[in-house]
Amino acid sequence: MSKSNLTRRGVLKTGAVAGTSLAVPTIFTAQSVAAYTNEPTGGTVTLGFNVPQTGPYADEGNDELLAQQLAVEHLNGEGDGGCLNTFTSKALKGNGILGKKVQFVTGDTQTKSDAARASAKSMIEKDGAIMINGGSSSGVAVAVQGLCQDAGVIFMAGLTHANDTTGKDRKANGFRHFFNAYMSGAALAPVLAKEMGNDRRAYHLTADYNWGWTQEESIVASTEALGWETVNTVKTPLASTDFSSYIAPVLNSGADVLVLNHYGGNMVNSLTNAIQFGLLDKVANGKDFKIVVPLYSELMAAGAGENIKGVLGSMNYNWQLENEGSKAFVKSFGEKYGKPPSNSAQTCYAQVLLYADACERAGTFNPCGVAEALEGFEFDGLGNGKTLYRAEDHQCFKDVLVVRGAQNPTSAYDTLEIVEVTPVEQVTYAPNHPMFGGDEATLGECNPGA
Amino acid sequence: MDSFLLQILNGLDKGSAYALIALGLTLIFGTLGVVNFAHGALFMIGAFCAVTLNKLLTLSFETVDETKTDFLGNPLKVETPYVEAWFGPEFGGALIDWSVPLAILLAIPVMVGIGFVMERGLIKHFYKRPHADQILVTFGLAIVLQEIIKYYFGANPIQTPEPSALRGSIDIGTMIGFEANRIIYPIWRLVYFFFAMVIIAGVFGFLQFTTFGMVVRAGMADRETVGLLGINIDRRFTIMFGIAAAVAGLAGVMYGPLNPPNYHMGMDFLVLSFVVVVVGGMGSLPGAVLAGFMLGILESFASTTWATTTIPGINQIIIYLVAIIVLLTRPRGLMGRKGVMEE
Amino acid sequence: MLGLNRKDTTLLIVVFLLTMLAPFLLNPFPADSAMAQFNAGYPDLMQRFVIFGIFAVGFNILFGLTGYLSFGHAAFLGVGSYAAVWMFKLFTFNVVPAIAAAVVVAGLFSVLIGYVSLRRSGIYFSILTLAFAQMSFALAYSVLSNPKFNLTNGETGLQVYADDPQIFAVAGSPNLPHLFGLSMRSTYTMDVGAWSFDFNAGYYLCAVIMLVVFYLSVRLFRSPFGMMLRAIKSNQQRLNYTGLNSRPYTLAAFVISGMYAGLAGGLLAAMDPLAGAERMQWTASGEVVLMTILGGAGTLIGPVLGAGFIKYFENIFSKINDNVLHSWFAFLPDGMEDFMVTIIHPFVGKGWHLTLGLLFMLVVIFLPGGLVEGGQRIARLFKRNTTQTPGNDPEHHPKPSPHVAE
Repeated sequence: MSKSNLTRRGVLKTGAVAGTSLAVPTIFTAQSVAAYTNEPTGGTVTLGFNVPQTGPYADEGNDELLAQQLAVEHLNGEGDGGCLNTFTSKALKGNGILGKKVQFVTGDTQTKSDAARASAKSMIEKDGAIMINGGSSSGVAVAVQGLCQDAGVIFMAGLTHANDTTGKDRKANGFRHFFNAYMSGAALAPVLAKEMGNDRRAYHLTADYNWGWTQEESIVASTEALGWETVNTVKTPLASTDFSSYIAPVLNSGADVLVLNHYGGNMVNSLTNAIQFGLLDKVANGKDFKIVVPLYSELMAAGAGENIKGVLGSMNYNWQLENEGSKAFVKSFGEKYGKPPSNSAQTCYAQVLLYADACERAGTFNPCGVAEALEGFEFDGLGNGKTLYRAEDHQCFKDVLVVRGAQNPTSAYDTLEIVEVTPVEQVTYAPNHPMFGGDEATLGECNPGA
Repeated sequence: MDSFLLQILNGLDKGSAYALIALGLTLIFGTLGVVNFAHGALFMIGAFCAVTLNKLLTLSFETVDETKTDFLGNPLKVETPYVEAWFGPEFGGALIDWSVPLAILLAIPVMVGIGFVMERGLIKHFYKRPHADQILVTFGLAIVLQEIIKYYFGANPIQTPEPSALRGSIDIGTMIGFEANRIIYPIWRLVYFFFAMVIIAGVFGFLQFTTFGMVVRAGMADRETVGLLGINIDRRFTIMFGIAAAVAGLAGVMYGPLNPPNYHMGMDFLVLSFVVVVVGGMGSLPGAVLAGFMLGILESFASTTWATTTIPGINQIIIYLVAIIVLLTRPRGLMGRKGVMEE
Repeated sequence: MLGLNRKDTTLLIVVFLLTMLAPFLLNPFPADSAMAQFNAGYPDLMQRFVIFGIFAVGFNILFGLTGYLSFGHAAFLGVGSYAAVWMFKLFTFNVVPAIAAAVVVAGLFSVLIGYVSLRRSGIYFSILTLAFAQMSFALAYSVLSNPKFNLTNGETGLQVYADDPQIFAVAGSPNLPHLFGLSMRSTYTMDVGAWSFDFNAGYYLCAVIMLVVFYLSVRLFRSPFGMMLRAIKSNQQRLNYTGLNSRPYTLAAFVISGMYAGLAGGLLAAMDPLAGAERMQWTASGEVVLMTILGGAGTLIGPVLGAGFIKYFENIFSKINDNVLHSWFAFLPDGMEDFMVTIIHPFVGKGWHLTLGLLFMLVVIFLPGGLVEGGQRIARLFKRNTTQTPGNDPEHHPKPSPHVAE
């Protein structure tokens, strides 16, 4: 996007040529040459929060939005400061970012890559947003990340779990705090082996699109490495609402574990169907039948209700974590909104603070400076424990949680219990891992736009 | 063989939902000649009747349990439903447990009422308007109904479990001489199938064996002549609209335990049910039911591993593929009447 | 002028002025004022207005003239987008071959689908087109994006990657869609006092193309061919009895409107090089039906109005959050402010669907002829006072056109 420095004369000419019927304006302000897209010139800086507000993920998006609003409050020195008090980097002072008051605009991704790009563009072109944060699907994340790269703003991904976001589709202007399918597999496999043994036979139901495939690939690889056998992998159409015809053959297949590579409404329905068919009460190959849901979220747990009891899965964050950052965040979020934060809310909150902190440390809003400040940045105190933003692929590396549906929850909020906190070493992989695009995957050049 | 039977069962079950929604749609097409894009929303509202009843029965008062703490470290508030306090935990608990079947009693008046209001207040003014206008106005209505539900219940699916007595699955295979664990089928899905059969039989019986039904059928065939005979056919058609809405609503009520209801479930079924109606043939009630079950069964078979490995993606497109084949070989669907919606 | 009668010429001139001056007309509020929320004059939305205008104008050639209601038109838009992005990936970022390919591929695709679907009429035709489009969507979303044969890149959408061949790429040309070196994204921002106006190269390309295809559609409406199509709508049977075979005419109309859709898809990709499968979903097909009916089916300008109306809501109303509401009503006392925010809250931001649904109903109930009829009614009210003042029209509503078809 190029902005021209219009002289008074030029503007007059353009005005004359356009033949506008507007009264001829008397005051013109020539715009200064911007060093990068949407350089903030006044006393404020605008962040763009792009989350699903309509469609099946609207509630997830709403949670993200609440967290982002909270982060803006904390940045501007309102409220109790939340994680600013526990964050190991002390660059943020609670006076906005680089002394500018933080404002935000919101957009609706509709969980469609087209619509998400349209709303991101509108925030960049119309509202002058300097970064885009949020989202709750990998397809959207990759699409918006590409847009932000071209437009020259920073993209902080929200909930996106596919390997591709920081794998073959990684971009210099894009950053992901959330964990990914590979990490889920690496964290889950040892726990699965410990709880269910090394000689299990797994049956995969996989949502038939990019994220489903990468998750299936990751889980199959890490469970087979531990001695499991994969009986069958079945792709289910994303638009399916009823999975009975996919669940029915599972028992006859010789499998004794069902892995549901589904997310959101798909997962709620497939798990409900599986419980209806009584899979968990059955014995196959002399073992109790088990179900695994590799990616959990609080909203899915709420939707699936009692059906999640005893079902294992993984998460990026859970409010029950006992570290200082987590406690500060849960207190702050809980007191304001009356419920504990979900893991996508925590990611979006952390991303806003990380972005702001990087601006402070870089001393500029220039995306290239910010990116440089984020690359290789090690921090703690945002809820996940010690975390590294890896320079090679802009992926955060931190502990991964293995969780299980609680048998006796005391309230609507502790339906999931933490089984194990898998240390970061166990889920770390090489930046050129074949599941992440191999050697060909590159970040490309950082683009400041303008 | 066993997996064949299993998929037949699945197909009948899927087909029940398709057939019930399509039946209501056809009733509205056939009697009023209106393209009702809000029919999926009526199905959704039916499901939310069950959700609402469940919420009403579990309305609770809070007592503080000092021994436990909530997520902020404050004493935990324990919720006890009023009905359990009033009727004792046993009867109150049973009421909550059976809330889905009980919701049928709530849904019938609610859905018939919504049907009447919709027909008298909105649809009535659109009889003479082009089908395109009917589509626009009913689609607008569907969005509005959907957004109202979303505003109150959120976008997340809501569990509405079946009564615990009807939970779980039974081994049908052993009953008919197969080994154990070969044909396992959930009880509630069987209940849903039988429920659908009862409703379908009820609607057909009503139209076939009552004077009212006879007049309605006559009106469907030739509205003008029936009107000339001095019969107030409009009023009867209004009642039929109410019945069609109730059929969709009941299909929704009982569907809740199969897959947790959410606000856009109606839209998920809308397009499919139109395809079912058209494949069955415009204006034909038996056609709608037949097409519903046929597409349900074919969809189930297309999702078997055998089918998807033979033709990749067949499970995604089977319904549309069948629709195209049927419409190209039989110009008016399976049992359609000449001249209905062909303009 | 240009083979048009006086009324059509006036209409064309009005449309010309409105599209050319859109950056002014759509940004009536100063950039920093609270009302700036309603400004729609930024490049992306202006592009969408004209692109979906083209889509709807094309759809109207089929639906408005012949009465055949296609529920699968989004498939052609999607195919056009995919064709354009593939041109970017394989050959060059220049938009001319991409747009040409989009039109051609969508045309071929519509010959195929039209030939089969037009064997039936009425709702049977609608369901056939719907079935084809839904199949295209399902296949594009999953099967055609498998790692071995990745034609569509599934849910993420087809994008251009740095390692794509681009064999005709000229060194030094922008690494984004461009017209012989002029990047589609280049924008001149003109600040006039508190106002700010964006002049975007991509928008003007779309606008010029829209004017051309709009002119073509006016000619088509007024041609003997258009007359024949209308005869099909009013009574196809009678037409057949006169010994005329109507199929070639309907097929031609179907293919022309498919090519319009492909053109729109190609332009979407040219403005933003990504083609997503959702573009082919039935909701997208439904959207163009709604646009056309909402604006006024069978009228010349109606579909464009309908397209603008729906896109305006999608992009402007969805962005009004509680913060914005509070800033609007900040002048009220606290209690009143919260009250007003509570009242309006369900209708904006995440509730924009609700407003859209209500407006669909209101328009179709009170304005049977769509927005065009609304315009005509207003025109009748001010019959004496018909001075054209396009500058006072913030919502980009072209002036009422009483001389529409029928």
